[in-house]
Amino acid sequence: MIQMKEVYKKYPNGIMAANGFDVCIKQGEFVYVVGPSGAGKSTFIKMMYREEKPTTGEILANGVDITRLKDKRVPYLRRNIGVVFQDFKLLNRLTVYENIAFALEVIEEQPTKIKKRVMEVLNLVGLKHKARMMPDELSGGEQQRISIARAIVNKPKVVIADEPTGNLDPETSWEIMTLFEEINAIGTTIVMATHNREIVNTIRQRVIAIENGVIVRDEQRGEYGYES
Amino acid sequence: MKARTMRRHVRESLKSLVRNGWMTFASVSAVTVTLLLVGVFTALMLNMNKAAIDIEQDVEMNVYIELEATDEAITGLEEQIDELSGVESSTYSTKEQELSDLIESVGEEMELFEQNNPLRNKFIVKATDPKQTERLATEIGDFELVSSVEYGEGKIEQLFKVLDISRNVGVVLILGLLFTAMFLISNTIKITIVARRREIEIMKLVGASNWFIRIPFIFEGIWLGIIGSILPITLVSILYYNVYEFMRPRLETSFIQMLEFTPFIYQINALILLMGVVIGVWGSFMSVRKFLKV
Repeated sequence: MIQMKEVYKKYPNGIMAANGFDVCIKQGEFVYVVGPSGAGKSTFIKMMYREEKPTTGEILANGVDITRLKDKRVPYLRRNIGVVFQDFKLLNRLTVYENIAFALEVIEEQPTKIKKRVMEVLNLVGLKHKARMMPDELSGGEQQRISIARAIVNKPKVVIADEPTGNLDPETSWEIMTLFEEINAIGTTIVMATHNREIVNTIRQRVIAIENGVIVRDEQRGEYGYES
Repeated sequence: MKARTMRRHVRESLKSLVRNGWMTFASVSAVTVTLLLVGVFTALMLNMNKAAIDIEQDVEMNVYIELEATDEAITGLEEQIDELSGVESSTYSTKEQELSDLIESVGEEMELFEQNNPLRNKFIVKATDPKQTERLATEIGDFELVSSVEYGEGKIEQLFKVLDISRNVGVVLILGLLFTAMFLISNTIKITIVARRREIEIMKLVGASNWFIRIPFIFEGIWLGIIGSILPITLVSILYYNVYEFMRPRLETSFIQMLEFTPFIYQINALILLMGVVIGVWGSFMSVRKFLKV
């Protein structure tokens, strides 16, 4: 469970990206975060994995205030959160297999377990047969599947996605969304910032709309609500 | 940290040396040039220091005793001198002894003086700290029965001044060189890190601890330091060997000696290697630091 209490964030340039966020996301929920560019969506998301720290307020992840977490403890927080980006963030010098195994190597998992788990998630995203290829030999959709596989490989409770379909064509976007639904179905919380009106209006889930650093709308089975 | 992880770090650091070939070359060159200069300067400085100590230890004063002093009075005087603070040793030398030394060094014509020895009995006094020589000379000069004290006044003070200055200059030069090298290395490593910024970012996202990210870079710094010290170690060894062989016969009769080749060359090479490693580690530590802010 993630809970934000009275969260304010002011950047050094004076912009208020969070003007009193007060929200609670339960374990297993699927949440879209929508709103115009520069409204505070990315800040909302980045604060959840301590990429950004709020100026004031509390963010509780399973009861622990992550704003007060010591820098040294932040890696441990991140091991329970998978993150997926618009630009995939894969390492081009590593193979598909190595890219996913990387997330387990850095947390010093046992080699036998790494192998087993990597093959499991590759199977889940349907790219087992491309394990030995390099990322730039794959299509955009396939690369995003790999980055999703990497995000879920250490079984996080939460997956955070920042515009995961932003660089993909519509058809591929639907495939990626199906994958997210599957991950959500096994109990993983999904928080996704998106600009994709069609997806939000079709796969109906909770929608949090942010404008000028304020949550203006929070609806179960909500709509996108903006002109594309 | 597990042994398996350590092996991974070592492997990663070696891979990265190869992958960043030109940057590695640039860093290694910077280390090589610096360590070569530092090595030569250190060898020079340590030998100068040795010479200074040799010279200092050779400083002694001659305390000449009045002719009319009785044996008893001389014993009393010796006690008086020994009681002074800062006196290391005092040796009594009779005028007959002095003359025979003189005859030995100058030649038989000095034997003429055997009939009427013009020399005086004296004490040869050494100070524990050679710099105290001047003070002791004045104090001993004030004693009764002492006719005069000689210790190369003026020259010694000047020599000490020169030695002190050159020691300080040497230290400053070596420190300056070391800082330059650290700066150069930290810059070259920084460039390779910028290229790997993405990698660090991803490592942080998947929950790698800061040490996990830092250690491969530190290993890389160690390798750069070690590789960079190979050439300086070789050159300094060859150079010192030749200078040592050249100087040894020429210094044989002098009280100044160079530092012995065998222990010294190991010491200075260990020092060069250590400095290389320290420079490398420090350089990579400094440059990776700013990329680790969470």
